[in-house]
Amino acid sequence: MGKDAVAQTQFLQRKDLQTLLDTLIAAGYHCLGPQVRDGAIVYDVLADVSHLPVAVHDQQAPGKYHLHYSQGLRSFAWANGPLALKPLLFSAREVLWSAERDDEGKIQFVQVKPAVQKTAVIGVRSCDLAAMRIQDQVFLEQQYKDENYQARREALFTVAVNCSHPADTCFCASTGDGPTAKSGYDLLLTELDDGFLVAAGSEVGKQIFIQLPLEQASDQQHFIAGEQALHAEQTQTRKLPQAGLAEKLLANLDHPRWQEVAERCLSCGNCTMVCPTCFCHKETEQPQLDGRSTEHLREWDSCFTQGHSYIHGTVIRDDTEKRYRQWLSHKLATWLQQFGNSGCVGCGRCISWCPAAIDLTEEANAIAGDEGD
Amino acid sequence: MLAELVDIVHFAEAGPVEPDARVDIAFVEGSITTAGELQRIQRVRANSRYLITIGACATAGGIQALRNNANVRDWMAAIYAQSEFIDTLETSTAIAEHVRVDFELWGCPISSQQIVAVIRALLFGVVPLQEQDSLCFECKRQGNVCVLVTGQQACMGPVTKAGCGALCPKFGRACYACYGPKENANPDSLSQRFQGFGLLPDEIAHKFLSINNSAPVFAEAGKKAKENGHD
Repeated sequence: MGKDAVAQTQFLQRKDLQTLLDTLIAAGYHCLGPQVRDGAIVYDVLADVSHLPVAVHDQQAPGKYHLHYSQGLRSFAWANGPLALKPLLFSAREVLWSAERDDEGKIQFVQVKPAVQKTAVIGVRSCDLAAMRIQDQVFLEQQYKDENYQARREALFTVAVNCSHPADTCFCASTGDGPTAKSGYDLLLTELDDGFLVAAGSEVGKQIFIQLPLEQASDQQHFIAGEQALHAEQTQTRKLPQAGLAEKLLANLDHPRWQEVAERCLSCGNCTMVCPTCFCHKETEQPQLDGRSTEHLREWDSCFTQGHSYIHGTVIRDDTEKRYRQWLSHKLATWLQQFGNSGCVGCGRCISWCPAAIDLTEEANAIAGDEGD
Repeated sequence: MLAELVDIVHFAEAGPVEPDARVDIAFVEGSITTAGELQRIQRVRANSRYLITIGACATAGGIQALRNNANVRDWMAAIYAQSEFIDTLETSTAIAEHVRVDFELWGCPISSQQIVAVIRALLFGVVPLQEQDSLCFECKRQGNVCVLVTGQQACMGPVTKAGCGALCPKFGRACYACYGPKENANPDSLSQRFQGFGLLPDEIAHKFLSINNSAPVFAEAGKKAKENGHD
């Protein structure tokens, strides 16, 4: 945290957290916050802070996610669940346009605009802010802007929370995307035992910030927050290879490890769908039975499907070895050529939510590790 | 609406009965279990421009195909007092084992949407879309929490075709693989995972040898699991 940010950081007592929620709701935001559902922490509609996962903790490992409970007051003492911001901005399934044939046989195309409401998400982690920045690049900063993404993005208010309890699968410290949020949020919270340090990161954030019952934060509170951040960083054990990762991956396209991982990989696509930066999609027609009208549907797709590499009558990546290699080498290497940065933010979701318990960091290290340098 | 686009000439349950009519599309359900069906499916094929199977029985044998790995005479004797009156083949087999099949509608049961989509595509003169991707896509697009990862449940989703809307996982249950094997499925890896969850070889075999037991990928996986149990 820079000096200015420290100066502008204030303290919100835990009993006043509801005021933050009420202020956002009064400002017209539809509020989403973390809640326990079906054995995981997911974002859901939040009107009452008592619904937050108080004293809930997660245990994550390759292919495993488990919640447990303790005594305590903290609402954010856990690492990310399966859902990132991605589903809120890049819809998993949406109609982009429809077409209708009139009596003369002429076809009219109509753009279908999504119903967008001002939405505030409470509890966003730094890895997901970094991922949102990457998806902004993909959807807003290329030749064509994705209007649906843009509409939702402009309506989004993020209340970030610095990560104090990374999971065993987290490696954001190694990608440089966490555990402390540096930018990209509207409000930033650091949870302490007795309350929250609060900072504003944008003009709209400041509008909410000034309405909160804040107190001056003590040196002691700043010190604890700093220690907490350091601890969150130091407890992470997984990491990506640092030196020349992209070059090494691309120089090892025939490495035997690709075949070994393909024997375990289910090619099911879970990793790409929980990945907060993956943006691949497919588009299909949904014609009405009478043949006069159709809806053009866009859905999340994945480099693990056959359709993804079907080009002119041929499936280019016809086996799992080629598909896994495409996923890993795009994410960690060719993404760099395409967008100027890595496509991985170290959230670890692809590790926890892989039904075959494959660990991306283990594969990357096996193929392009620092060992032997 | 459908009846305005096509003439339904044979559909015994709905009224029209004309089993030997020449048709553009024949939808066939059920597997081949008797000598009479064996002959009939040849006539249906000869009379149809497109032959399309409906559901797990016609497409992958169905539950009754489980007897293919047992002695059907012993089974009949165990159940019926006078089994000599039962007219049946030794096996119960998918339609594609006997005649050319133009398109398969997987699922148990299939959805009406699948029928409508295939008719619409053929009316347009285009090849119908075949779902190939894993059930996991439907779960993740809906925001379902993965039951395999959170509950270590033996979910068949990662090797199963999408199409049902992830009905079971949506309610916290593991997938039963009603829609058959997905393209490029890896049952060996999933079997190993199930073993790690504590399933016995026979339990793993049952996961694959269920409604779609005659789908080659599942048949092979079931056989392997059984063999592991006998090692």
